[in-house]
Amino acid sequence: MGAATTTHVPTASHDTPDPNENYLTVTKGVWSWLATLDHKRIGVMYLVLVTAAFLLGGIFALLVRLELFTRGETIMGAETYNRMFTLHGVVMVFLFIIPSIPAALGNIILPIQLGAKDVAFPRLNLMSLYIYAFGACFAVYSMLTGAVDTGWTFYTPYSTTTHSAVIPMIMGAFIMGFSSILTGVNFLATVHKMRAPGLTWTRLPLFIWGLYATSIIQILATPVLAITLLLLTCERAFGIGIFDPKLGGDPVLFQHFFWFYSHPAVYIMIVPGMAVINEILSTFSHRAIYGYMFVAMSSIALAVLGFLVWGHHLFVSGMSEYAMMVFSALTFLVAIPSGVKVFSWVATLYKGSIRLASPMLYALAFIFQFTIGGLTGVFLGMLAIDVHLHDTYFVVAHFHYVMVGGTVFAFVGGLQYWWPKFTGKLYNELVAKIGFWFAFVGFNVTFGIQFVLGSRGMPRRYYDYLPQFEKFHQISTVGSWFIGTGFLIVGINLMYSLFKGKKSPRNPWNSAALEWQTPTPPPLANFTKVPVITRGPYDYHLATEAELAED
Amino acid sequence: MSDAITSEAPGSDHEEHEHAHPKFLAHHFDTPAQQFDTAKLGMWAFLAQELLFFSGLFVAYGIYRSWYPETFAVCSHLLSRPMGGANTIVLLFSSWTAAMAVRCAQLGQQKNTSRFLIVTIICAFMFLFIKYLEYGHKFHEGLLPGNYFGHQYGGIFGSIPADAEVPDLPAKAHIYFGIYFIMTGVHALHVMVGIGVLIWIWRRNERGEFSKEYFTPVDIAALYWHLVDLIWIYLFPLLYLID
Repeated sequence: MGAATTTHVPTASHDTPDPNENYLTVTKGVWSWLATLDHKRIGVMYLVLVTAAFLLGGIFALLVRLELFTRGETIMGAETYNRMFTLHGVVMVFLFIIPSIPAALGNIILPIQLGAKDVAFPRLNLMSLYIYAFGACFAVYSMLTGAVDTGWTFYTPYSTTTHSAVIPMIMGAFIMGFSSILTGVNFLATVHKMRAPGLTWTRLPLFIWGLYATSIIQILATPVLAITLLLLTCERAFGIGIFDPKLGGDPVLFQHFFWFYSHPAVYIMIVPGMAVINEILSTFSHRAIYGYMFVAMSSIALAVLGFLVWGHHLFVSGMSEYAMMVFSALTFLVAIPSGVKVFSWVATLYKGSIRLASPMLYALAFIFQFTIGGLTGVFLGMLAIDVHLHDTYFVVAHFHYVMVGGTVFAFVGGLQYWWPKFTGKLYNELVAKIGFWFAFVGFNVTFGIQFVLGSRGMPRRYYDYLPQFEKFHQISTVGSWFIGTGFLIVGINLMYSLFKGKKSPRNPWNSAALEWQTPTPPPLANFTKVPVITRGPYDYHLATEAELAED
Repeated sequence: MSDAITSEAPGSDHEEHEHAHPKFLAHHFDTPAQQFDTAKLGMWAFLAQELLFFSGLFVAYGIYRSWYPETFAVCSHLLSRPMGGANTIVLLFSSWTAAMAVRCAQLGQQKNTSRFLIVTIICAFMFLFIKYLEYGHKFHEGLLPGNYFGHQYGGIFGSIPADAEVPDLPAKAHIYFGIYFIMTGVHALHVMVGIGVLIWIWRRNERGEFSKEYFTPVDIAALYWHLVDLIWIYLFPLLYLID
């Protein structure tokens, strides 16, 4: 990536890099990337790694869907199938979605939106990248030595008795957890202490509010996963008996521990996605986000509520009825901040001057798909209905509507929105739109039908199914090819732009936001002079002509 | 470039470079105070993370204690209270010396800072040594976690199966020792990390990197050390003292 974009020779000498030189060209060579402390370069390296993980997880997904195309064995045996869907889940959750928006996009954009020169702890930032890579090595090692067949949730007692390579995989997740925690610590301190003069809390971009809420969850939830995985490792290695009923332990305790992290982790995945949508919607409707403070506080509310609802994953695992009622009621509360966001976004569009550029298409698709994903979550939060739908394709469809239809669409939308900022290149808009429509149609075909499958009783994770489900599975599998094609087109389009794309002007989307007011791509120090903030990022009525102009 | 949103700040870059930018001040901070506050905030966030990390263990302890109260009562007597007590005193004392190291760093007393840091490090090693003796006894008596429970190491290798009952000990004693070893083991790991950090801080102090104006690393390293101490303050009564 560096080699592709460093087209002209840097003017600054090697000893003292010129802080006003574009961050991609200011220094050269592989080592200047690997040892960099610049948040933008670290973000770009994260981007490369998470995109590779996305590709890998996507291939696993396509293989799983292909296997389900016909009943019985299609392309792989049942054992391999169990490994495939587990690897799909593990790779997508731990290697891709969790670091995708915060660590990759956020790393580059957050300090620029704050008017800061860098994140609070640049060395820690680089360290978290290497910890992530180190953890990913464990995951790859596990895949090469037998992989895992437990599902990404590693439920005991199966995970303590299976012969697959569980320990390397959970050590990988354990290590990557620390990368996530350190990113959270870094962003939290950065938002608190590194804001430019005049950038008050009420002028913060909503992307920052989202990442701030995410940081809180990362700091408070991820360590619980870490200790859970450590206990699981000890259980497997020494048989300590904490989770094993044979030894006097309690497997449901593992589920409590696991979901105490993993439910908040769902918000680690979706809140940054929502945060990106704010930026895109505002820019492409040329309007301030409606109900700014409500949207900002709804992110915080999601972070807080996320800690109180883990029990809804255990409705059929054995829990007291009263606890179930409380968890169910708390789960419904989550719909309130989510609803606040959706209504605010729709109200933002109202009477905006909307420009349907490719990032905007992703944002609109996000609103549509997230609403479906969110509302079906309310179904699942109802005790009686959950008994019927638990562990069926309805659940699979629900969380894919949130994670893929929500977060992945936000990630790709955000990537395209900020692509000119990152690289200084414009991609082909028509091709981007074609890619979008493939992904959008494919996604809704693939997962829309799974709601039907699930409500008719198709259990998730099953290798084989009844004849009446075959048509539905085939529709779903064909849909998955469209998603694959769509994202492949997006990827090729972006890569092509690196080499042949037109040079981007400073502000290709005529945005009023701060990150577009600095040169594109940004200089090493992000700004040529310290910015003084006099208005909010969405105040189009206060923005000057010069600010909104392309150059 | 636009004007309204990025107009030149009063204390902008160029002027700042004319003022001496102190060597310890990283390029992306404006003032030493900002750098200090940021580091402090980051460390507190990290400590919050540490508490949540241990929380899982405390929850597991609480649950199994309420499930098997008699087991926990009997097993807690098998731990050596004098050794646990000695370790508590050692750690408490080391927390005091760590606090004194920070005080001396704030006053710019480089020599005293080093002395207190060294005492803290020695205390940390003493803690680990006592812990090692304790672990040794447990290994010898076969009071080990899970599968290894009842197997006596340190000479005789027992052949008692994992779930067989050891005389005089209630069932599920292996769970108590599983929790004991994980809690104290994870804590001991934190002590080892603390030793590494303190040695690093001591070396930087020897090189004269700290002054009245800049003592942030000493301060936040001591914060971490206090947390390690604090966790032990909870582990000791829970595991050793209450029946």
